[in-house]
Amino acid sequence: MSSGILIFSEILEGKLASVTTELLGCGRKLATELNQGLSAVLIGNGINSFVPQLVSYGAEKVYLVEDPIMADYQTESYLSVMEKVIKQADPQIILFSQTAIGRDLAPRLAFRLGTVATMDCVAVEIDSQTKRLLPTKPVYGGNARAVYSYDSDPQIATIRAKAVSALEPDANRKGEVINIAAGIDATLIRAKVVQKVKEEVQGVKLEEAPVIISGGRGIGGPDGFKELDVVAKMLKGAVGASRPACDSAWMPDTAQVGLTGKVVTPDLYIAVGISGSSQHMAGCSGAKVIVAINKDPEANIFKEARYGVVGDWKKIIPAFTQKLKELLA
Amino acid sequence: MDMIVCCKQVLDPEAPPASFKIDSATNKVVPPQGVPPVISPFDEQAIEAALRIKDAKGGKITVISLGINLLRDVVKKPLSMGADELVLLEDPAYVDGDAWSTAFALAMAIKKIGKFDLIFCGRQAADWDSGQVGSGIAEILGLPSVTIAKKVEALDGKARVERITTDGYEVVEVALPAVITVSNELGAARYPTIKGIMGAKRKEPLIWKPADIGVDVAKLGAAGRRTKLAKLFQPVKEAKCEIITGETPEEAAVKLALKLREAKTL
Repeated sequence: MSSGILIFSEILEGKLASVTTELLGCGRKLATELNQGLSAVLIGNGINSFVPQLVSYGAEKVYLVEDPIMADYQTESYLSVMEKVIKQADPQIILFSQTAIGRDLAPRLAFRLGTVATMDCVAVEIDSQTKRLLPTKPVYGGNARAVYSYDSDPQIATIRAKAVSALEPDANRKGEVINIAAGIDATLIRAKVVQKVKEEVQGVKLEEAPVIISGGRGIGGPDGFKELDVVAKMLKGAVGASRPACDSAWMPDTAQVGLTGKVVTPDLYIAVGISGSSQHMAGCSGAKVIVAINKDPEANIFKEARYGVVGDWKKIIPAFTQKLKELLA
Repeated sequence: MDMIVCCKQVLDPEAPPASFKIDSATNKVVPPQGVPPVISPFDEQAIEAALRIKDAKGGKITVISLGINLLRDVVKKPLSMGADELVLLEDPAYVDGDAWSTAFALAMAIKKIGKFDLIFCGRQAADWDSGQVGSGIAEILGLPSVTIAKKVEALDGKARVERITTDGYEVVEVALPAVITVSNELGAARYPTIKGIMGAKRKEPLIWKPADIGVDVAKLGAAGRRTKLAKLFQPVKEAKCEIITGETPEEAAVKLALKLREAKTL
């Protein structure tokens, strides 16, 4: 019978991804509740130095697959290796992060194993009676939430960044490493990554920013975003935008927050001239505090925000900026 | 180049959030009055990706939509944008499925079409936001897949796809036939032309029932699900908005900054 929780680890820019430590924290909770083990799978090349870190964050077993061919994520090679690892580990639950890799690998793996994943979960619980996984995910662009259950094992889910929290790392935690050979025939890979392009983001990345100030249709043009950028820099944050602002090319697509853009979870999200459509809120409703600045008192954003100012941002933002300068001095 | 695009009719995701209602007895969304459904926006961009290849290299685009009560004005939109054929999997047996049963039905319809180099889907549908059907079709048909594409070019026997990653994008070369899911970064879908709309009006879709794609209804829709929807609910908005006012907008702005400082958010 399948048992245990397996989490998929990711390395980002030479570091253990924060979403992976979050998965371990979440997995640990589920493992304790089910009285089962927690393991991690780590795939790549020259990455065994991350094993102690995975253990310190709660993994009791690390399935390590090291091979030059696994250096870059490619669907088919990772799929094949994951199938192999799962055959050996036989987990009841598999958790991925909702990242470029998780979005690609989890569904395909689920179908290969005869099931479907639950994507972009904001919570995962264990049913106290059936001991089965009950993942919760936003649906309808954030208008609703759905709770699912699975007919069979393994129960696969991807988890949204910052939806769950990591444990404090503890160097005294003990773990075991299980090496698994990749055994990939490179000639059988039909979808090959031939080039990786990094798009330089100036300043803080949206997904990592503790503070985001976003502009929407109400900003009226690209120039207004420069004023928002001043605030962002002061707060060591980033500037985001709604889809209408990106569609109008006032901001690049990479700045788009929402269902069709990035999902962000900052401590503070300041929405300026944004009406607060469901698809936009899908990208920022995980923010700890939302502040709305909008001239329309009926705008939906005021239903979502913690604090609001009704008025013209062109008057509000300069005064706000000035006061910030004083407060932060 | 023979292309197939899967397009889903969904409730308009741009409908005002206040109009969104759930019938908790049936775990279903109540369609808002007076807001017609649309093609899921990513699926429109999937059509656009196929049309750009057709513009460059020529070819044929067949669109498949699955559901019931498919409004002809809605599901014919891809035809009016420039797609060539429309297949409707329209039968009660197909609906209320999960990604498994939906991908299975679409895969079997694609098999029946038989001739294809590229299969396009949107990266996710605007209703369930799951993003699994494209990968599922690829797995069922044994094809390679590239997800979350922002650019797709057809070369000899392969496609060159730019796939969005966390910090930029990667270029993937994939042997054809292949499944590609399209993201919004591809750019806006084109508007239908008058000529296109007239042509689409005259074009009758093919309607395939489960028997036409040779599938037992037990494998389709709600009956064929591998996950169950346990509960559907609208999240309760706990935080009530505190509107900060002032004699002037500037004064309100200053009070906002002080408030945020007080709440330790700054």
